[in-house]
Amino acid sequence: MRKDFLADWSFGKIALLSAIAVVVILVALFIVLYRESSLAISTFGVWKFVTSTVWNPPLEKFGGAPAIFGTIVSTIISIAIAVPVAIGIAIFLTEIAPHFLRTPVGVAIELLAAIPSIIYGMWGLFFFAPFMRDKVQPIIHATLGKFPVIGQWFSGYTPGIGLLTASIVLSIMILPFTAAIARDSFKMVPDILKESAYALGATKWDVMKDVVIPYAKLGVIGGIILSLGRALGETMAVTFVMGNQPVIPKSLLEPATSITVTLANEFTEADTDLYLSSLFYLALILFVMSFIVIVVGKFLFLKKVER
Amino acid sequence: MDAFKKRKIINNFVLVLSTLAALLGLIWLFWILGTLLYKGLGSLSLEVILGDPPAPGDNHGGLKHAIVGQTLIVLTAAVIGIPLGILAGTYLSEYGKSSRIANIVRDLSDIMMSIPSIVVGTFIYALMVKPLGHFSGLAGSLSLAIMMIPIIVRTTDDMLRMVPPELREAAYALGATKFRVIKDVVYRAAITGIITGVILSVARIGGETAPLLFTSFNNNFFTLNMLQPMASLTVTMYDYAMSPYKYWQELAWAAAILLTFGVLGTNILGRIVAHYKFKK
Repeated sequence: MRKDFLADWSFGKIALLSAIAVVVILVALFIVLYRESSLAISTFGVWKFVTSTVWNPPLEKFGGAPAIFGTIVSTIISIAIAVPVAIGIAIFLTEIAPHFLRTPVGVAIELLAAIPSIIYGMWGLFFFAPFMRDKVQPIIHATLGKFPVIGQWFSGYTPGIGLLTASIVLSIMILPFTAAIARDSFKMVPDILKESAYALGATKWDVMKDVVIPYAKLGVIGGIILSLGRALGETMAVTFVMGNQPVIPKSLLEPATSITVTLANEFTEADTDLYLSSLFYLALILFVMSFIVIVVGKFLFLKKVER
Repeated sequence: MDAFKKRKIINNFVLVLSTLAALLGLIWLFWILGTLLYKGLGSLSLEVILGDPPAPGDNHGGLKHAIVGQTLIVLTAAVIGIPLGILAGTYLSEYGKSSRIANIVRDLSDIMMSIPSIVVGTFIYALMVKPLGHFSGLAGSLSLAIMMIPIIVRTTDDMLRMVPPELREAAYALGATKFRVIKDVVYRAAITGIITGVILSVARIGGETAPLLFTSFNNNFFTLNMLQPMASLTVTMYDYAMSPYKYWQELAWAAAILLTFGVLGTNILGRIVAHYKFKK
């Protein structure tokens, strides 16, 4: 009886400690990143680091603007491409596809979400970048490049590696994830609502527009924000095709960098304390950015859906 | 009748558009998958699996060191992450329930699930690699374990909460202590669900590269010592794909297909276990 009591007591305490460990890891992550970047924070400050475009390791001058710019721009472009296509896939899977197709296509998309992201990166380097250089770049030059103001964003000749290529590879990588969330949100709409609309003579699009999308809105937006969080922190899909040039490019076709790309390429090469500390600073900025995005996505939108 | 016609036209237009979107998405995805199968299967051979790493420019050699390293790193991560995750999930479901502490842990664990993996790598670098002065397989395992824990916490919590309270009450009525109720009743009822969660979390971390880049790093020699830098399939892929040597690039594709088989196989295994549970 005593042995039972002892086991009972200690199991409860061990379980509690494990739960606390989860909190400790997250808090420690923030503290450690902050402590490691304190040298860079005291040297460059916050505003100067975020706005300075000079990233010059030999001169020990470090500004985060090119990496932060690359992260934000590639995330925005990839979301802009992935979301419409993902919603199209979700509409196709819930409303259009014949029933015998829905499960296999749905499972295929979920499995594609499980493929390691480094494979998207390798494909990007060996197949998509040459495709961009030979086929897409001339088309972009001939069309978008001709417009007066935005034309300069689409100028320049490159080996196919750059901000736009990285953004497209990124969008393909988050596509299955976004599509799966959108489909699950659409599926949660009660049939009776859709049937009522059909009974009133609504077309499929009317039902989507006026019943399904309003009903599933919060879930879809939450899903998009979570995809955004994924795109922000994705490393391997973009490292191969971004180019790792620490500049803010004039054109989307030119090589650039992002926080994750800079970390992946330079972390093991950092030879001075200030260099390493600046890289930790970038990691801290990325952590805070994705933390905010996740909190907004999960707690402002998805929590409401669950209740 | 005009308004009706207009609606029909818009309807057809949108339906065609979303079918095209679905096609477009699937074409990209199958292009990648096709490339992987074509290049990967083309470079697979017995030598690739069993051989020692090639010298630069050499056309012989294989991935034995990376395959063994990958397995060791992932297994060690599982040994660290699984007990911690299951215990924390048990606390949430059986002890904390919907108390304030439990809800805070739940929210933080959910946030942890989406932290960029490369940030976890930098964290372990500062915590372990920098003080010790060298990279190690164990550091790689630790960063993978950190990514694994929140997934297991979430599934364990969800699965245990699905066990009907009547089962627990019946065991309490027989005079069992809480530990016995959890061990002999709750875990037994939820075991397939927990196993599914564990398998899926292993599949999820198995393909991660970014957290290993500056923790376990890479090693051109075969080693079983977790305190030494250790090669993994993912980091080897990264290094070989970026190299100028044709044979190394081929090895990278071979590693890619081995990794994908491993990850997808684990993933499908998890789904089969889950299916088996909910069928019953």
